[in-house]
Amino acid sequence: MLDISIYGDYHTSWCPGCGNHDVLKALKEALAGLDLAPHQVVHVSGIGQAAKAPHYITLNGFNGLHGRCLPPAQAVKLANPSLTVIAESGDGCNYGEGGNHFLAAIRRNVNITLLVHDNQIYGLTKGQASPTTSEGHVTKSQPDGVTNASFNPIAVAVAMRAGFVARAFSGNISHLATMMQEAIRYPGFAMVDILSPCISFNKVNTFGWYKQRCYELGPDHDPGNWDAAMAKANEFGEHIPVGIIWRNNERMALDERVAVCKQGPLGRQSVDMAVLAGIMQSYI
Amino acid sequence: MSVQNRHIVIGGAAGQGLVTVGQMLSKGLVRAGYEVLVTQDYMSRVRGGHNTYNIRTGVTPLTGPAESIDILVALNQETVSLHKRALGSDGILILDEGFDAEGLAALHVPFASLAPKAVFQNIAALGVLCSVLGLSKDHAATLVHDSFGKKGQAVIAQNLQVLDEAYAWGEANAASFEKLPSAVSRAPRMFINGNESLALGALAAGVKFCSFYPMTPATSIAQNLITHGRKMGVYVEQVEDEIAALNMGLGASYAGAPTLIPTSGGGFALMTEAVSLAGVMEQPVVVVVAQRPGPATGLPTRTEQADFNLVLYAGHGEFPRAIFAPGTIEDCFFLTRKAFDISEKYQSPVFVLTDQELADRHMGVEPFDLDALPPVAGPDLSDTDAQAYKRYVLTKDGLSPRRIPGYGESIVLADCHEHTEDGHITEDIDMRIAMNDKRMLKEEGMRSEVVPPRFFGADRPDTLLLCWGSTEGAAREAANVLNGQGQRVGVLSFTQVWPLAPEQFLPLLETVPKVVCVEGNKTAQFARLLRQETGFRPHRNILRYDGRPFTASYIIGKLAD
Ligand SMILES: Cc1ncc(C[n+]2csc(CCOP(=O)(O)OP(=O)(O)O)c2C)c(N)n1
Ligand code: SF4
Repeated sequence: MLDISIYGDYHTSWCPGCGNHDVLKALKEALAGLDLAPHQVVHVSGIGQAAKAPHYITLNGFNGLHGRCLPPAQAVKLANPSLTVIAESGDGCNYGEGGNHFLAAIRRNVNITLLVHDNQIYGLTKGQASPTTSEGHVTKSQPDGVTNASFNPIAVAVAMRAGFVARAFSGNISHLATMMQEAIRYPGFAMVDILSPCISFNKVNTFGWYKQRCYELGPDHDPGNWDAAMAKANEFGEHIPVGIIWRNNERMALDERVAVCKQGPLGRQSVDMAVLAGIMQSYI
Repeated sequence: MSVQNRHIVIGGAAGQGLVTVGQMLSKGLVRAGYEVLVTQDYMSRVRGGHNTYNIRTGVTPLTGPAESIDILVALNQETVSLHKRALGSDGILILDEGFDAEGLAALHVPFASLAPKAVFQNIAALGVLCSVLGLSKDHAATLVHDSFGKKGQAVIAQNLQVLDEAYAWGEANAASFEKLPSAVSRAPRMFINGNESLALGALAAGVKFCSFYPMTPATSIAQNLITHGRKMGVYVEQVEDEIAALNMGLGASYAGAPTLIPTSGGGFALMTEAVSLAGVMEQPVVVVVAQRPGPATGLPTRTEQADFNLVLYAGHGEFPRAIFAPGTIEDCFFLTRKAFDISEKYQSPVFVLTDQELADRHMGVEPFDLDALPPVAGPDLSDTDAQAYKRYVLTKDGLSPRRIPGYGESIVLADCHEHTEDGHITEDIDMRIAMNDKRMLKEEGMRSEVVPPRFFGADRPDTLLLCWGSTEGAAREAANVLNGQGQRVGVLSFTQVWPLAPEQFLPLLETVPKVVCVEGNKTAQFARLLRQETGFRPHRNILRYDGRPFTASYIIGKLAD
């Protein structure tokens, strides 16, 4: 167990009381518990309040574009599988602007961890509906209530038989840290959708609202059972299950299957001019 | 018909095997020591339609495509009607005896009897063509061995027999046609196209990662990296869209893999946001934009040079970039390699701007001298004083040492916002100005090592053809022809189109009475940039935007207007 102070202590621009603070705390705990030093981890994010996380922790970081945290995260892992890669961003970033990348990442199954701060609203742009905002939820931009059906990331991921699918609540830091560790240990694409209140713009899904509804899945839930996982994935309302919803025990990570990726970091592999000369011969 | 060179056009529907015949013949000609330049004209469909495979061959150097045809091989009737006007007055039409020559001088080949089955028609056509040109049967026979080697002796023997009979038929019936002059014997050359050469250049630069979404005419670059990547240790990923392609590329680059992203204009349009990211993150990446006519889906399989402005201005905000525009197959190799060097050295996005004509142009070229290549710049692998390392440390030349995460203990924070020296978000006015200045300083570095434009033709010219990229070949040939007629024409060919270093060329432009900019678009994009950067306005522009490549005759015709 590493000392948590090695991940630094930063001023954030988050509102006091925002769930993001707890997610950051949990991440530091999870990494320390796994003995992952800052230089062994690459933290990739998009844009939004959640996506500022790499600026508030000492790790290698790639803070890219809105919606685009998954493509670079996967590429980092493919280019150097010895790194632990964590992609972290908001629900708008990952399921809205980045929806296509989310589907592709599930299918590609690179060994990375996706942490989504799901506050069911756009925080940074001040309160518009996100893909996970509930139908009927009134916002300044949706004065008559959200008309789009709410996106269920857990059900989509389970339906696609993603690698590892969990849900957590930022209000329970130790459970959240455990979920993060399980996700990081999982050898493939692992996601944790983290219910994390935005105290400034989401007056419906508040800390109390989540606290009252979230319950931890017990040993009676078998994450290897797809039908059971699908049933839990669809449970969202008065009761919200948190824990490992689904774990695919049959898929192998892409970076484990590609011969060239297993031979060490791509950038460290030699360039053999004799082989290239041979290739040129094939054009003669 | 030129005595020294021939222009052979094989026409037919997609799927009729015209590319097979064309490639075998071209490769045979290269091996026999002839000059060869191939352009392909095809439609955006897999079967049917009308396509041509165009081979210029002979004993004098060839630089660009031609329009007038010497030998037209018609695999269907449509080819005769579509191209008969381009057939020169002493040209020959070669066609099946069942087709109508539509009044032209023709060699009617009894394909039904020469090729016992339809699959052998390619070889029969090859045999006839070889005999008409005077290419020895041995050259054709080795090609049959190369092409069918994997299919076993029986298949080879059958094909050789068809080849023999077709060749003999040609000897007996085409004796009156003038053969090619004999070729000089020379060291073996490669038969290679622009995209293949470009991929080899990337391999020679040490490319390790490529992510792409298929789009003509760039796809075959990725395909070549897939084919050779297994041996050279390159990872290639076909991704969900072009947005992912470049964002992934930047991730791979950050993690230390030299990265190439191939695309065409429509795909590049989607990448522009990530181009801006590469700019602020100072992440090296090489993007190849193989142009085709737009707007939008335009003419998907044709050629144009109209994405120059898109590539020059792609991305929001201000940041440096370099743009190379290969003019020849050799340039595709050497400039792509250089693109990696400049991209890494200046930690900036660098573009290789080609087009369909160059991508698909095949030629016989000397193998590239791998021993003579200068080194390619790379990241800082030192990891010294890891605690103090700052990704964006301010320096006099704007270059901050770039370290790779996981290669040591240094922490590397790459960021898309305006940031501090250690990569954290900042709103500080002084830091904003310092960082923006630092990034733009790199443009001055790039400018100091710009590849100068190439000059060809008459010294102290009366007319100067100014061109960039693939147009060089046609312009050079036009100048040669006109100089042969007693004019004084020069060519100035830009193979790097950004940044520009005016001291390299402005003195020349200011002394030539007539400067004509030749480029493949409607709005003279390069000429406009030239004027904007130097105040110099070309006296005339010759522009082409019908989807077809420039030829010498097109340029000469327009000059005479
Ligand atoms: C391409 C692009 N479009 C829009 C934006 C503006 N924008 C910044 S953050 C954001 C939404 C953030 O919502 P979410 O991902 O849920 O994160 P949160 O702020 O709630 O943590 C948007 C739309 C942007 N930066 N880039
Ligand atoms: S606006 Fe919402 S999401 Fe953003 S910091 Fe404040 S509470 Fe958190």
